[in-house]
Amino acid sequence: MESGFGSDFGSDFGSGGGGGGGKLDPGLIMEQVKVQIAVANAQELLQRMTDKCFRKCIGKPGGALDNSEQKCIAMCMDRYMDAWNTVSRAYNSRLQRERANM
Amino acid sequence: RSWRGGPGNTGGTGTGMDAPSAAGLGGADPQLQRFIEVETQKQRFQQLVHQMTELCWEKCMDKPGPKLDSRAETCFVNCVERFIDTSQFILNRLEQTQKSKSAFSESLSE
Repeated sequence: MESGFGSDFGSDFGSGGGGGGGKLDPGLIMEQVKVQIAVANAQELLQRMTDKCFRKCIGKPGGALDNSEQKCIAMCMDRYMDAWNTVSRAYNSRLQRERANM
Repeated sequence: RSWRGGPGNTGGTGTGMDAPSAAGLGGADPQLQRFIEVETQKQRFQQLVHQMTELCWEKCMDKPGPKLDSRAETCFVNCVERFIDTSQFILNRLEQTQKSKSAFSESLSE
């Protein structure tokens, strides 16, 4: 395996001085990757939430968001999170059931 | 047929991973390899939750209210189950179709 993978991460994640020297810490890499994954998931959630709530709450776009639209968006955000959690739980249950049957 | 937590998984690789394989990414480090497998699996789960939430929202949500009423909640749960059923049904039927009609796979390669 070529060293390209290691050297790309070395300067970000390696301990030690300048020039990218020092050992690669796999634990640190894993933590950083987990953070990046979490960020990506949050962005995905926000993007879909924005899409859905825009569709539900904004009729003919006016010159600004009026009070009712803002209240709708706020409620919609909470309901979307509720929905997301419900789906996550339901999916998890289903997966566990499938594994139990295997 | 086992459910591997994602539509389109035909289970060929055993870990359910698409290319690149974990071995290629993690190199010789088994800890890194394991990490990649686990995180990939977790991401697969997350992606499906995103997808199903979006789909089921269209089917189950009218006007967003002060809370998720029990009817909507039930709808979401049913929606998840039926989505997975649909995915399994499609995989099963595809498998059957490919077994009985070799013409099917021939027409796919055109």
